[in-house]
Amino acid sequence: MRASIPLGAIFDLNGPAEYVSWHFIQISVPNLVVIALMIVVFVAALLIPFPKREREP
Amino acid sequence: MNDPVKPPATPDADAPWPGPFVRYDLVKELVVALGAVIAVVVALAVLFSSPDEPPVTIQSWSRAAPADFLAIAVTELNRTSDVATYGPPYNEGTGSVQKIGPISLQEAAGVKVPIETARDYVLEPLHEVPGAPRLRAALDAYEAAPARLQEKWAANYEKALPEARFVAGVPVLPPGRYGPVEPMMASLLAMGQSGALDGALLAGGHRFYATDYTKPLLFVSAGEYFEKLAEHQHLLGTQWGMMNETGSFPGQVWLWLFSFWYQVEPFKSSPNADALIFVLMGVLSLAFICVPFIPGLNQLPRRLGVYRLIWRDHYREVET
Amino acid sequence: MWTTKVRERAVREMPPEKLLPDRQPSYVSSWIYVFGVVTIAAFVVVIASGVVLGMKGPEWWHLTGLGHFVNSMHLWAVEIFFFAMVVHLWGKFFMGAWRGGRGRTWVTGAVTFLVAIGAAFTGYVSQQNFDSQWIAFEAKDGLNAVGIGSFFNVANFGQMYTWHVILLPTVVVLLIVGHVLLVRRAGVVPPYAARLAKGADDE
Repeated sequence: MRASIPLGAIFDLNGPAEYVSWHFIQISVPNLVVIALMIVVFVAALLIPFPKREREP
Repeated sequence: MNDPVKPPATPDADAPWPGPFVRYDLVKELVVALGAVIAVVVALAVLFSSPDEPPVTIQSWSRAAPADFLAIAVTELNRTSDVATYGPPYNEGTGSVQKIGPISLQEAAGVKVPIETARDYVLEPLHEVPGAPRLRAALDAYEAAPARLQEKWAANYEKALPEARFVAGVPVLPPGRYGPVEPMMASLLAMGQSGALDGALLAGGHRFYATDYTKPLLFVSAGEYFEKLAEHQHLLGTQWGMMNETGSFPGQVWLWLFSFWYQVEPFKSSPNADALIFVLMGVLSLAFICVPFIPGLNQLPRRLGVYRLIWRDHYREVET
Repeated sequence: MWTTKVRERAVREMPPEKLLPDRQPSYVSSWIYVFGVVTIAAFVVVIASGVVLGMKGPEWWHLTGLGHFVNSMHLWAVEIFFFAMVVHLWGKFFMGAWRGGRGRTWVTGAVTFLVAIGAAFTGYVSQQNFDSQWIAFEAKDGLNAVGIGSFFNVANFGQMYTWHVILLPTVVVLLIVGHVLLVRRAGVVPPYAARLAKGADDE
């Protein structure tokens, strides 16, 4: 159905995802990566020093 | 250089800031952010593309799983299918009607997208087949028969269907009393496999333009074929499917809480799970909106102390 | 005169230096402050890629390489939009950013998040692929169960597409404008009181 796609992906994510199961919790690895990245970015935003700017009293 | 004014240690959140200011270029911030987001978006699109699994059509379904197609089609004819017994907004059934305590908002909203499965999915499409005198005779016989006989034929057909063989694509059932239902179902299968049924269900009523896929979608989605594809893609409600995407792409992660309730009791086994979870999520959403006004919750960040990290430069300055 | 009153009130509430200041209080010194702007930047990319998709139409995004690429940009911009919005939300929560009469700012932000979920949802069901079919099939039961399905039919592409490309984005734009104006009017929330004596509680 689909025509040739010249701008195809470098990494093909169309294969089935891996899932992590823990008790009743099931989450796909791609979703887990997104959540982990969100936490990493949040913590990084708090920890990385913000550049000092000049004061304007 | 002048000595900078020291910021106040106990600032009044209601009053304008009396302390020192720093230069901050909001427009530059937005432009840089826009550039960065575009760069990341282009990179992600080049690296990973996006999912686009072809849809299931009645044609692809009836070709790949003709027995599954017939099993659904005959229950649509007999008005015993999930759709036929669903209830509002499709019909007056009760099969999928949900309640919140004694109240059913579903029934209150009424039948607004009417579907009469025998007519819409079987009889009308078959009437559109040109020529075919044998089919015409079968339809006449079926429609002239009393309702009890119609039901009997369809029920017999449904019962015998698991033993059907397909000879050159044509379903052959063990001998039995199926009346005109057997040739009707064979014609409907042929119509499905040719793609004509997709068109008939979409453009029912013979309009030219069509944008409403309710009828074909409810038909296709009743089949085991459709559900198996979804199960394979980890999309079922019991698989936290609301959060998931086809393939290995991230999905609607922001629906995690919605998806969560379906995995736990009392919702997991409740026939009213959808309605109850909708109401619960409505209440929780309202609480989320009202966080600033909920006593206790609105004091939580002060107790958690993460703010000490966010404003650590400020506290270092005023606390020494 | 009404016109004069409206103008004078607008200028009084939102003088230009408040609307677009070139300085911030000294405590604005953390990367957490950039995520609101990143959310807006991602939203701009969502709208821009969406406009291209809308102008070219569904055949284009399914069947051509360029169309599929713009479709990919639209998806990833949405992922970044939600990503940045959630980080922004966490940041504002831990700052108690609703203090000092800034409750409405939180409210508009929270409502934006919820409406954006609806905007994304109508986009998912407008893709016209297996994902759309399945999401529509599943979501219809939830919406029908509370009576919404009688008016908001997820299997009606014409209806969902209109919600997705016009109605909900317009609401999101208006909410973001209101949210930003509220932030500019009240200014960024100041820090909680400092701990002046060592070991003292921060009451």
